[in-house]
Amino acid sequence: MKQEFTLSIYSENHVGLLNQITTVFTRRHINIESLTTSESAISGIHKFTVVVYTTREQVDKLALQIEKKVDVIKAFVFTEDEIIHQETALYKVPTEALLSGNQIERLVRQYGARILEVTQEYTVIEKTGHKHETQELFEKLDHYGVSQFVRSGRIAVTKLNQELLSNYLKKMEKENTLLD
Amino acid sequence: METTIKEDKEMEIKQGNKRRMTGSEAVMQSLLHEGVNLIFGYPGGAIMPIYDALYDYQDRLHHVLVRHEQGALHAAQGYARVTGGVGVCFVTSGPGATNAITGIADAQIDSTPLVIISGQVASSLLGTDAFQETDVVGISQPITKWNYQVKRAEEIPEAIAKAFYIARSGRPGPVLIDITKDAQFAEFDFEYKPVTHVRSYVPVTATKLDKINEAASLINLAKKPLALVGQGVVLAGAEKELLNFLEKTGIPAAWTLLGLSALPSAHELNVGMLGMHGNYGPNLKTNDADLIIAIGMRFDDRVTGNVQKYAINAKVIHLEIDPAEINKIIFADVPVLGNVKESLPMLTSKVVANSHSAWLQEFRACDKIEDQKIIAKELYPSKEGMTMGEVVRRVSSVFSDDAIMVTDVGQHQMMASRYFKFKQSRSVVTSGGLGTMGFGLPAALGAQLGRPDRPVCLFVGDGGFQMTIQELGTIWQSKAPVKIILLNNNFLGMVRQWQELFFDKRYASTELINPNFQMITKGFGIDCEKVEKREDLDAAVKRMADFDGPYLLEVVVEKEGNVFPMVPNGAAVSEVRLE
Repeated sequence: MKQEFTLSIYSENHVGLLNQITTVFTRRHINIESLTTSESAISGIHKFTVVVYTTREQVDKLALQIEKKVDVIKAFVFTEDEIIHQETALYKVPTEALLSGNQIERLVRQYGARILEVTQEYTVIEKTGHKHETQELFEKLDHYGVSQFVRSGRIAVTKLNQELLSNYLKKMEKENTLLD
Repeated sequence: METTIKEDKEMEIKQGNKRRMTGSEAVMQSLLHEGVNLIFGYPGGAIMPIYDALYDYQDRLHHVLVRHEQGALHAAQGYARVTGGVGVCFVTSGPGATNAITGIADAQIDSTPLVIISGQVASSLLGTDAFQETDVVGISQPITKWNYQVKRAEEIPEAIAKAFYIARSGRPGPVLIDITKDAQFAEFDFEYKPVTHVRSYVPVTATKLDKINEAASLINLAKKPLALVGQGVVLAGAEKELLNFLEKTGIPAAWTLLGLSALPSAHELNVGMLGMHGNYGPNLKTNDADLIIAIGMRFDDRVTGNVQKYAINAKVIHLEIDPAEINKIIFADVPVLGNVKESLPMLTSKVVANSHSAWLQEFRACDKIEDQKIIAKELYPSKEGMTMGEVVRRVSSVFSDDAIMVTDVGQHQMMASRYFKFKQSRSVVTSGGLGTMGFGLPAALGAQLGRPDRPVCLFVGDGGFQMTIQELGTIWQSKAPVKIILLNNNFLGMVRQWQELFFDKRYASTELINPNFQMITKGFGIDCEKVEKREDLDAAVKRMADFDGPYLLEVVVEKEGNVFPMVPNGAAVSEVRLE
């Protein structure tokens, strides 16, 4: 059965890593629903958060293929209930629509969104949440003419107490000291 | 004077002193530190500083000038396969690097350790579409185990040390280091430290004892166990450990194409080749077995046939070094991660001594059927035309079944694998996963240079021969005494066989009107002979074997011979066809 999975991939911060990771998906015709890359909490280690819609069997194989890359440190697979995740969306609406009634203001309050910038021509609204929430707000705001809409990739943290990667690195370090 | 400089250099290597040198000389020094003495390559603009440095190191770093970069790669593969060392190549930027791609892909899918050093345009020109600039790091990324672009001379020793460590450790593979021309010219203080650890890379996972125990209890209970031997055994150098395991348990063992020669041909537990053109017994009995013990193999589709109908009555134990291979194709009831050199002895110590003579007899009964229906006709044909099988067997015997066999790709490859016999490991060089036509001739050269003490026989078809025929020039120049057996049927035989069986004999573009191979070979200065009649074969094979130097024996074989048995595409292994 296909479902949504979030992969947290940690790698060395080298040129070309993104390509190395994405080709694992594209070669197998698996669509990446969302992708975020940034530095991780550990200096020098990069983090990729990838959302895919596939089967458990397939996603486990993908994680192993990704980990096989020499510069990848570890790939963790999570289901929806194992993580807290967010996406950020930006909406650009005409300021005129904002001024001509209180509907937009009500939507902003109702959806926990906020106004980032107001100019004479346009207003930029920001909302952080799950995809269906940012999508819903888009549909509501679009009645008033959204001229630009963007949504970021997913970012996620686990519901576990300990940081999985730090544990892994500590374990590796120990094994290597033993080897030396 | 020169000797003093040389001695000084050697002293420095021993003491690890820093010395100021160019990036190019650092490449030479780094290769020496890694124990390299042979390089296959082709010069060009962006790698000229490296070749210039090589000029001073010719006495210690022997360079083989191939005729096309693809040849350099396959030669390095042949060298790596027979020696167990790392094959090294030099290629220039742009077309030099792209010509190397086929060989890199071949080495990647067949887990062959290579280090390829490619020249690159100066770093200031990167991304400007400069003359002979290609993004070789981008192009080779999906087909290398690791690759890296060096833009500063200071990075060279570490990049090369890391390249060798990654290429040869864990599941081996090709590593490409791309060095910009300015980094080759720049000077720095050279110091070499071998790499023994990379943070993000786990070459071998330690074998878990509980998995060994689980595997042992399955083995102890099994009535019809079958071992599948892959190249992992050869790469780990675990041939002895394999024999100990098999002999204690009495388990029949079949092998994949790349696992060939890990087990001596004449061993009583050797039941033959797996897969599409493998032997009848191991294919048929895969679906009777109650336990499959896969040892360093990856369940390639040419081995499994239809995976839905594969090993249908068996539990599967998978001994494997690469975690990504576990459950990739066939679910493993007991995955045993680790190096088989360690995991096999652990397993052997836990299993009870056994014999499976009745089960082994079932394989021997299959052999009788295969012998009657196929092998006898192939080896002792009553028809006029010579068969590939009879030629292969003659060549094998004239070298006392103890030569290195190199093949190209196609019908002759399957015939050679079926009918050549082996006494020792690392005796086979063939393109398995990628099936690269043109692989054979340069690979045979590399194998011969790697093992000058052993005879090297190349079997090649008239199609594949013409894909890298220019390497006859390299063979001549290097005087490598390769014995080339050209099996000429004036057809692209394997494709023709498929056209006959599955495309109503519509022979689309498979018939070849060939050049005069004798004239071509002579033109390259290589001795040769052509045999068209069976009665001339024995003497000709003997003349070839006795000849001191490279030799080509062209044998005209029957035009429309077929390789059987055959597991048709999409069929179950047990649906193996005898005709």
